[in-house]
Amino acid sequence: MIKTPRVSRRHFLAGTAAAAGVAGFPGILKAQPRTIKVGVLHPVTGPIAPSGQQCRLGAKLAIDTINANGGIASMGGAKLEPIYADAQSKPDVGAAEVEKLNEAGVSAIIGPFASGIALATTQAAAKHNIPHIVDVGVVDQVVTRGLTNTFRFGPGLSKIVDSAMENLVALNNQAGKPVKTVMIVHEESAFGAGMAKTLNEKLPALGFEVLETIPHANPTRDFNNIALKVKGRNPDLLIPSNYYNEFVLLARTLRQQKIRPKAVYAILGGAASQYRFVKEFPDAAEFIMDCNHWFDPRNPVALELKKKVEAEKAFFSYEVFLNYECVRLLADALERAKSTDRAAVTHALASSGWSNHFMPYGPTKFVNGQNQGAAPVNTQILQKDIKVIFPKDFANAKPVFPAPKA
Amino acid sequence: MRTPTLRTFWAILIFALVLLPLPLLVRSEFWLTWATLALFYAYLGQAWNLLGGYGGQFSFGHALFFGTGAYCTAVLQIHVGVNAWAGFVVAAVAAGIVGAATGWLVFRYGLRGSYFALVTLAFAEVFRILANSFAFTGAGVGLLVPLMPGAWQMQFETKAGFFWLLLVLVIACLLLTWWLQNARFGARLMAVRENEDAARALGVDPFNTKLLAIIASGAIAGSAGAVYVQLFLYIDPGIAYGPSMSIEALLVPIIGGLGTVFGPVLGAFALHTIAEIGRLVFGEAPGLNLVLYGVLLVLMVLFLPNGLFGLGRFGFGLRRYFKRGGANA
Amino acid sequence: MLEFSILLPAILNGLTIGAIYALIALGLTLIYGVLHIINFAHGSLLMLALYGVFFLHSLFGIDPYLALPVVGIALFGIGYGLQRFVIGHAGHGRDENILLVTLGLSVIIENLALYLWRADTRTIETPYSFETLDFGIAFIAVPKAVAFAGALLVAALLWLLMTRTDLGRAIRALAKERQGAKLVGINVEHIFAMSFGIGCACLGVAACLLLPSFYVSPQVGHAFVLVAFTVVVLGGMGSFVGALLGGLIIGVTESLGGLFFGESLGQLGIFLIFIIVLLFRPTGLLGQKA
Repeated sequence: MIKTPRVSRRHFLAGTAAAAGVAGFPGILKAQPRTIKVGVLHPVTGPIAPSGQQCRLGAKLAIDTINANGGIASMGGAKLEPIYADAQSKPDVGAAEVEKLNEAGVSAIIGPFASGIALATTQAAAKHNIPHIVDVGVVDQVVTRGLTNTFRFGPGLSKIVDSAMENLVALNNQAGKPVKTVMIVHEESAFGAGMAKTLNEKLPALGFEVLETIPHANPTRDFNNIALKVKGRNPDLLIPSNYYNEFVLLARTLRQQKIRPKAVYAILGGAASQYRFVKEFPDAAEFIMDCNHWFDPRNPVALELKKKVEAEKAFFSYEVFLNYECVRLLADALERAKSTDRAAVTHALASSGWSNHFMPYGPTKFVNGQNQGAAPVNTQILQKDIKVIFPKDFANAKPVFPAPKA
Repeated sequence: MRTPTLRTFWAILIFALVLLPLPLLVRSEFWLTWATLALFYAYLGQAWNLLGGYGGQFSFGHALFFGTGAYCTAVLQIHVGVNAWAGFVVAAVAAGIVGAATGWLVFRYGLRGSYFALVTLAFAEVFRILANSFAFTGAGVGLLVPLMPGAWQMQFETKAGFFWLLLVLVIACLLLTWWLQNARFGARLMAVRENEDAARALGVDPFNTKLLAIIASGAIAGSAGAVYVQLFLYIDPGIAYGPSMSIEALLVPIIGGLGTVFGPVLGAFALHTIAEIGRLVFGEAPGLNLVLYGVLLVLMVLFLPNGLFGLGRFGFGLRRYFKRGGANA
Repeated sequence: MLEFSILLPAILNGLTIGAIYALIALGLTLIYGVLHIINFAHGSLLMLALYGVFFLHSLFGIDPYLALPVVGIALFGIGYGLQRFVIGHAGHGRDENILLVTLGLSVIIENLALYLWRADTRTIETPYSFETLDFGIAFIAVPKAVAFAGALLVAALLWLLMTRTDLGRAIRALAKERQGAKLVGINVEHIFAMSFGIGCACLGVAACLLLPSFYVSPQVGHAFVLVAFTVVVLGGMGSFVGALLGGLIIGVTESLGGLFFGESLGQLGIFLIFIIVLLFRPTGLLGQKA
């Protein structure tokens, strides 16, 4: 179990003092600070708390590391001071928390994992010109509304689907086109439904026949029916797009019903890129592929971080490393801005060309808030480990495609 | 009866006069947002209170009306380009119609008590599933209302705008409930709440009375949905029709004081204060803040069975007068 | 397009999932039938029981099925205590207060779990997790078959308890006529707490039978609460055989609804049945006239 970061009385007091003082003494905030306040806003309670808590862990580890290494050098070693906020898995609470962070005097906000919440928090932050780094929030609209304070480090949904399709075609061609028919099983909220829609537009053009698209609720209590349908249709390829719980049940049910398509190719698969899943269901997980956020597996910083996270008895998931890198992205911007001033930080982020990260993105370059180099990679679960199989520049294993017959 | 009635009116007036200048005095955007959200939930609670507090019909599915209103304005705005204020009116009407339809069905078959509660919950779920399945509601993706800042589109550029809008709505509801307490319709509604058969014997038509109440309650909850959409510019089936909005709608008036004019307002501010205290004390320990919230909720029920308003009555020695005013006999 | 070949397996599958619903609803129907409480905390108590099973398995290696007596008794104790010392005192003669208190309890339990055990989804793997029984037309996972048998057994035991024991008679008397029961010397508070405790014990049993084929997280209760209410209403509040029958019907409806209308829209079937039963036969299939 991870120790939850303790409330420090100092943070608490600082927050309220700032809240009380903003009206009276706006000038004081301008003085050179010993700390730089950073809003860390995630849904750490409510239905998506599992992801939110992982996110917070990633941000916390990054802040601790940066502070341990001497803080922001260009500002006299000023330390980052995280101000944690909880969106409670609700957009309205998220937006209200932004107001609180604003009054606490944060220089930037990192978060809030879910797209629905991100739409609300980026907007709220825009009113106060707070630079807002979106950690995950893949829905395209997060960065297409012309908000100049919003920066998304990772890829958006369109980009992810495009890459997933490109890579799928490449994989399939490489293996001699074993896959012709496809079935899609997706969760029915924003990300799964949006994904299924795009897939249905793109797959036929690429020469794949979509046999059936099955949406399901969150939570779905039983996947036997869906498994039966998959069995009946017998597609070459199954594309699941769902959250962790449902993915686990689906994979488990497929195994129980002895259903093995030629390949299972998840896109942002809830569990297919999660070490927890691999550890708890090694047999059901083997050979599953995923197109998802992933780190460069050869980067020593990433591997070191992975060890650190595992030492905290947590799993090294994309929530953790994306937030870790978002904090470092901010640190790089602060280093260049030499100021806690929000406009200066926003400017520094907009002109960011940071290359010292462990994501397979290349140097950062933001156009309308979207990091242009950001892209997902393809992973496959091979011998109880998650390996990168695509693109070649980052791969540390060869794809096993189609999966061998049981 | 005349004096107490006027006293409630003066209380509403004082409430209005105290809160109106708030945005000019409170510079903190955080506290203004806090007050705005509290007013929003007070408004939603006022809608529930009409039917639940005065009519005795406990709805577990007020999200049905809230969500209908929210989707109505969002869909009209996005697909047809209807102005948000017009959307606000349509939302209220549409939610009122949904109220009429469900009310007609449910009251026709004489569902009361927990049966009524459960059936409203089921209706909200049905709507949630439907909203999840059709393209014009954005299905599971939800609807994103375009950013069009300006009072003309109900997207006020400052928090104060929303504060004042909600304050006006809350005051209108306060006046409505104040009127209700003294009007014939209110008397009929409360008679139905106390004992339907006895009410019928006195010549009250319980069916029509309850139907009117659910229409009014639905319309107000629907208009709350319209405001929500402009405030957050995003709606999805879970937010619109999920149980959390329904629970919020019933918590507020019950905690504040069921079937009282000021109950929902009191309840909303109390609950938001409690939630905020929880976040301040345990902000960095996810979960504990809500544990504190739950504990306070349970303690309040154990020791303040008549809601906060019961406390107020006791404290200010107004007990007798409110009883006669028909507040909570 | 629908092949007949998956119709039968879908029905069979609906029956097994329905049995789980019935198990969860059995406790709820008892509480509902006797105390006339809409128990919002039912889902959270199920979650608590599931965590109990999980920790017994992961910390002490106790098989979920062997954990049954421990979890059942623990849940009975929790339920008895909650009713006797908290919920029972909250009413003050108003139903809405009971509702609020169970709501408050569910918020407390759920978030305490979130704080103590984090939000992660936990699963257990047992030797029989992936075992299946081959029925010719379909594979049924062993844990689901066991749960099915368990549901039948629990319903039968409850029925025996209610009809053949003094406790059962006292509970039924109290359910029917509160004042009268008091007059003949039944300790009302004790019997109420016993009912709540037994209802919770059913949840403990349900948790043991459910976890091998499911998962646990602080939010897991939400997945079952609404369905459980539907089952209770359909079967008739307070009727065990009704709950069993209701569970199976809902399970099959959900399964076939999913088959014909898609998993997402297919959920509508559950709620439409719920609404129709409430409107036309609010006493449910086997419930008695109030």
